[in-house]
Amino acid sequence: MEIVQTLAVILDSTIRLSIPLLCAALAGLWSERSGVVDIGLEGKMLIAAFASAVVAYHSGSAWAGLGAGMLAAIALSLVHGFAAITWRGNQIVSGVAINMLAVGLTAILGNAWYGQGGRTPNLEGTARFAELELPLVGAIKEIPVLGPIYDIAISGHTAPVYLAVLALVLTALTLKHTRFGLRLRAVGENPAAVDTAGVSVAGLRYAAVIICGALCGLGGTYLAVSQSAGFLPQMTAGKGFIALAAVIFANWRPWPALFACLLFGLLDAVAIRLQGVVLPGIGQVPVQAIQALPYVMTVVLLAGFIGRATPPKASGLPYVKER
Amino acid sequence: MSAAPIDLPRWADTALVPLVSVAAALVVAGLVVLSIGESPLEATALLLKGSLGSLEGLGFTLYYTTNFIFTGLAVAVAFHAGLFNIGGEGQATIAGIFAALACLWLAPLPGILLVPLAILAAAAGGALWAFIPGYLQATRGSHVVITTIMFNFIAATLIVYLLVEVMGKAGSMQPETPDFPKQAVLTPIHELLGAFGLKLPSTPLNTAFLLALASLVAVWALIYRSRLGYAIRTVGANPRAAAYAGISPARIIMVAMAISGALAGGLAVNEAMGVQHRLVLDFTAGYGFVGIAVALMGRGHPVGVGLAALLFGVLYQGGAELSFDKPTITRDMVVVIGGIVILFAGALDGLFRRLVASVLAVGRGG
Repeated sequence: MEIVQTLAVILDSTIRLSIPLLCAALAGLWSERSGVVDIGLEGKMLIAAFASAVVAYHSGSAWAGLGAGMLAAIALSLVHGFAAITWRGNQIVSGVAINMLAVGLTAILGNAWYGQGGRTPNLEGTARFAELELPLVGAIKEIPVLGPIYDIAISGHTAPVYLAVLALVLTALTLKHTRFGLRLRAVGENPAAVDTAGVSVAGLRYAAVIICGALCGLGGTYLAVSQSAGFLPQMTAGKGFIALAAVIFANWRPWPALFACLLFGLLDAVAIRLQGVVLPGIGQVPVQAIQALPYVMTVVLLAGFIGRATPPKASGLPYVKER
Repeated sequence: MSAAPIDLPRWADTALVPLVSVAAALVVAGLVVLSIGESPLEATALLLKGSLGSLEGLGFTLYYTTNFIFTGLAVAVAFHAGLFNIGGEGQATIAGIFAALACLWLAPLPGILLVPLAILAAAAGGALWAFIPGYLQATRGSHVVITTIMFNFIAATLIVYLLVEVMGKAGSMQPETPDFPKQAVLTPIHELLGAFGLKLPSTPLNTAFLLALASLVAVWALIYRSRLGYAIRTVGANPRAAAYAGISPARIIMVAMAISGALAGGLAVNEAMGVQHRLVLDFTAGYGFVGIAVALMGRGHPVGVGLAALLFGVLYQGGAELSFDKPTITRDMVVVIGGIVILFAGALDGLFRRLVASVLAVGRGG
């Protein structure tokens, strides 16, 4: 039973580490499926983490923090949309700008308001999300194998975790089975056709970037108000870019994105566990090698050495009506 | 399917549009300063005094300018080939590793050999780290933007590993290499001019600044006066037309990326060989990203890059001085200004062109 316990614990930390990735990956997926490339996921998560920590601290409510985090990320999303959709600017350039803005603004405001080197004050009690116990834990717990996994890994997470899973299901269903989803996918592949059908290309793309912002908000809030007890400068630490890698890995599809995020989360969990451990036959594995793995794998995948990455056809291209 | 071109006179296009967008960026920065309860005018005065008000301040300003010239030129050269190199940070990191290896392995050599070799090693390291993404785009179709982002992170983990496990100074708790040999250190400008009887305060400004100025001239000659530069600009303007003209876009992409990476390596030369005299973690400190703002603001032209680099040098040094007097305004302000400049001069270029065009039209009574 010892091994099941260990597996359940690893699975538990994998889920915890994957959730911010999953939120950002879904965010990127919405944006890119509509044809708007977004390398600003990192910045949006960061600003959301900051806004949520600030509001949760002053209001004492984690949910108010979540609202603020989502609004802050949506605001940055709209800046991206304004540049990329309305003014047909370069989407990469705009994404870089958003990342820098988020890093700078959170550091300046955090330092000016709290004077703790950019940290926000510690969150306590209701200002953080509480761990939720799923129904029937008491009953299922006793079942061998499944019980501990349900008890340790599946139950006992905070609300944003379950919200992220809900967002995944909704994303998959909406994109595949609704009229809105079909149009949104179409606008990323062939905007001219959507325009000819009398549907607003800009409207659909704005909808996509707003959803993208809301999901980045969820991910950023999870980092600051659930995983940690407050905001730390640059606490996203490249997660927005790993999420970008996960989107590519998943070939811009929701369910594979979940598995890519779980894989990258597992690598992270393993890297933490393997710190300083000597493996028989291999010796000590440098933690940095495991940390670099998602990036290396993405480069290899993009180069077409394993599988093939096929982004939406119109992604990155501003849409201009034929004159 | 092209956007309606907004016709502007050349002077307005090359000077007015960037100036207006930078002015707008500074106004937004002023609003941020206001929002944290400080006076923007007072902050500006302190900033200018700290950066240009004394010889010491000026020395620091030009030292920061050196970094921005290198990273700005790196982005600019790639722009001319139609490529977006976001990998300046990673390229400079690898350049730093190469330069440190050269300085430490070739330590017995005299300075006159060691310094050029170490600079070449830095350029080679940066070039290598940019060439691979270029090669992958040219031959395997993976986009330079994503690959260079990933390469930034790979370089960041690599330097941690090397400094902690392999090249680190024995007995040091800091992730850093042992000090470089004395003759590998670039001469500080105050010592150089001191030899001619000029007394200057001691600043980190060193001969890498002269190398940066030479790079500005060299890039100008390369882009606007050489056959290769013509090929680079042609590929950037229209790869298919370039192919018809007998230029291989694949080859030009790889060459342009390698040159871009080599220029980013200049950052490592200034920081590691000029100032720190050893390789430390995080010496790139975001200079690579600000370089994107510098290149966009300078419209990719070396003169513009030089001026934009000076502006960011002023902001960086002035910002450091400012944060002494006003602890609430940290140097992160420069990152904010950089971000807004990138947004305004890069992504919202169309908006500002439209603004300038309509103002000019009003001026002509049209």
